Amino acid sequence: MPTTPLIAYARVAKTFDDGRVLAVDDVSLDVAEGEFLAIVGGSGSGKTTLLRLANRLIEADTGTITVEGEDVRNVDPILLRRRIGYVFQSGGLFPHLTVAGNIGITPKLTGTPPEEISARVDELLDLVRLDRAPYRDRLPHELSGGQRQRVGVARALAARPRIVLMDEPFGALDPLTRDALGDDYRELHKKLGLTTVMITHDMTEAILLADRIAVMRGGKLLAQGTPTELSSSDDAYVGELLRTPRRQAERLGVLLPQDGAA
Amino acid sequence: MNMSADPRLAEAWGHLPDYLGSHVRVSLAALALGLLVSLPLAILARHRPVLRGALLGLASIVQTVPGLALLALFYPLLLALAALSLSWFGVSFSAFGFLPAVLALALYSMLPVLRNTITGLQGVDAAILEAAQGVGMTPRQSLFTVELPLALPVMMAGIRTAAVWVIGTATLSTPIGQTSFGNYIFAGLQTQNWVFVLFGCVAAAVLALAVDQLLALIESGLRNRSRLRAILGGAGIAALVVATLAPAMTRPQTSYVIGAKTFTEQYVLSALIGQRLKAAGHSATTREGLGSNVIFEALKAGDIDVYVDYSGTLWANQFQRNDIRPRQELLAELKTMLAKQNITLLGELGFENAYALVMPRQRAEQLGIRTINDLVARAPNMTIAGDYEFFSRPEWTALRKAYGLSFRGQRQMQPDFMYAAVASGEVDVIAGYTSDGLIAKYDLVTLGDVRHAIPPYDAIVLLAPKRADDDGLQKALAPLLGKIDIATMREANLRAAGNDAASSPDAVAQWLWEKVGKK
Repeated sequence: MPTTPLIAYARVAKTFDDGRVLAVDDVSLDVAEGEFLAIVGGSGSGKTTLLRLANRLIEADTGTITVEGEDVRNVDPILLRRRIGYVFQSGGLFPHLTVAGNIGITPKLTGTPPEEISARVDELLDLVRLDRAPYRDRLPHELSGGQRQRVGVARALAARPRIVLMDEPFGALDPLTRDALGDDYRELHKKLGLTTVMITHDMTEAILLADRIAVMRGGKLLAQGTPTELSSSDDAYVGELLRTPRRQAERLGVLLPQDGAA
Repeated sequence: MNMSADPRLAEAWGHLPDYLGSHVRVSLAALALGLLVSLPLAILARHRPVLRGALLGLASIVQTVPGLALLALFYPLLLALAALSLSWFGVSFSAFGFLPAVLALALYSMLPVLRNTITGLQGVDAAILEAAQGVGMTPRQSLFTVELPLALPVMMAGIRTAAVWVIGTATLSTPIGQTSFGNYIFAGLQTQNWVFVLFGCVAAAVLALAVDQLLALIESGLRNRSRLRAILGGAGIAALVVATLAPAMTRPQTSYVIGAKTFTEQYVLSALIGQRLKAAGHSATTREGLGSNVIFEALKAGDIDVYVDYSGTLWANQFQRNDIRPRQELLAELKTMLAKQNITLLGELGFENAYALVMPRQRAEQLGIRTINDLVARAPNMTIAGDYEFFSRPEWTALRKAYGLSFRGQRQMQPDFMYAAVASGEVDVIAGYTSDGLIAKYDLVTLGDVRHAIPPYDAIVLLAPKRADDDGLQKALAPLLGKIDIATMREANLRAAGNDAASSPDAVAQWLWEKVGKK
């Protein structure tokens, strides 16, 4: 690693149901500053647990997690969560608050003056490409899935975090919206110098968006690395995960003539 | 019948400001207290299954206690507490009327509020709770900015249910001395004034609906973030409170409070006393429909100033005496015993409302029966009817022992029904009440108690301790003492039992005064 990692898991384990379910099993993983890491795995692989350990939505049993150099056990969990952005699966927006109310929630919790919050909300709506006037005062149920997730991203960024955690953020969206949103976020990630950890079960999405990919299965970290590094992995499961996007790419190449894209 | 011209309706409207004010005050105070207790408890219990189960169980049990019984139970409880507080802290409070009514109704309001608040909070989507945590909310922030607002519609439904229950049940607080719309209903039932009963029911229903709609307005305001609606609803409730407080503020504090028990004669006599006090230039209000024990304790505590009781009732119930004394001796001893509690026995009205054996005049004359002595030989071929408690009372034992009475059979009956039953020959003799108007109506006679087996039940006027030296009061009531004979009282009771305009207690009391005032 060229720089000290912004998030570091060292031999972390977590069990549920009084030890009967081993969700995260001795995982060590570093996330460098400015890096976009995707954690890929099926359901029950432990990827969501691993993500939530970082902002103490879940507490680790053993091992150490450091965020920005500090052991998270020594940080007040509320303050920790306020300085880490979190994008929830299908938005997790508060249904009784407007778009502006949702986006401005974390600054409001920390006592930021209303006019400052208002300006920040406008700035964030621009960032996630939503028109201020029509969307500001809408309620979440008046938005499309993609718009809701854009608001979710804006909310995560409101308190100017260095780190953003994303829990299958684009999973429930239609392919076009998903693609557009993924690209837009990737751009934001670069522009704002964020460090992003994204969970997905979709290897194609991970390859297209992330710098590095970590593969989990049964609570264990099977492999990690760039797409190129992963393709040389001799792990059977990793190979299987990579086979699908590869085959899809080949078939798409055959089915869609090159000049048909226009 | 032209309802609008009915003087009973006009009288009902006349009572409205007082009854409405008291009803709103007691209901809203109870609801506010109920919310103040239930909401924090529900919030506390939402993550604690054991506490939750215990609270909901307890509230459900309270709900199964009949409203009247719950209200009645709070009276002795508070009396005991007031006595304790007096001996420990030197401070006493009134266990009469407002306080027990508010406490019992508040308890009654808890179940819907608790259940709906807990249900509403538990119904908040787990993903939303996680998001609240994830954006950095403290548990408190999560509760106030996310959980409570989302649970609000369900909570408000519970609060509205509670409001309707409390306003309805508050009508039952009349017997423990809290004025409410129940005054119409209890008085109407006793004096067969159906205009009053209907008026009371409609008034309670309209009030319940109005409060329900105001709460709905507040709810929709909160839900739609419409400040206007929430403010309108809140202002409506506030206006209701202010409007009902205003008459209470302007009411002179020196006014006398007259108590009345739950039967017709008592309504008539309290109206009569009220008219006499007003005629003498005093102001007076009545507290009607009070239970027999409640009314005596209320007098002792000074919550009411004056009422009419019966010597034998006090003798047996308040002083637990079962020996039977001659009339004057009993009165004298009663007066001494009452004086020890600083209660003034002002004097007798002149009639008795005692148990007496009653039979049709024609039949009695045929058989040559004038006294109970004459009945003894015929009794083994006769049946007797009494009210639900008569045959287990000391009077019945005393009667049998004194005369050696033995009937072929005995039956228990609803008091109103006994008189018709004996008149129609369904039973031969009844244990009736000497002042009951139905004795005259059905042409019945009371049989003389020559051996004085039944204790005397002289109607007597009692004054509260604080009125012991009140010459004005005593002077105003003096013209009534010794003036009302049994025949007059019977006729008054008969008139009051009628179902027309002239049968209101006030009208009958006026008639009564015209008869006795000129003596």
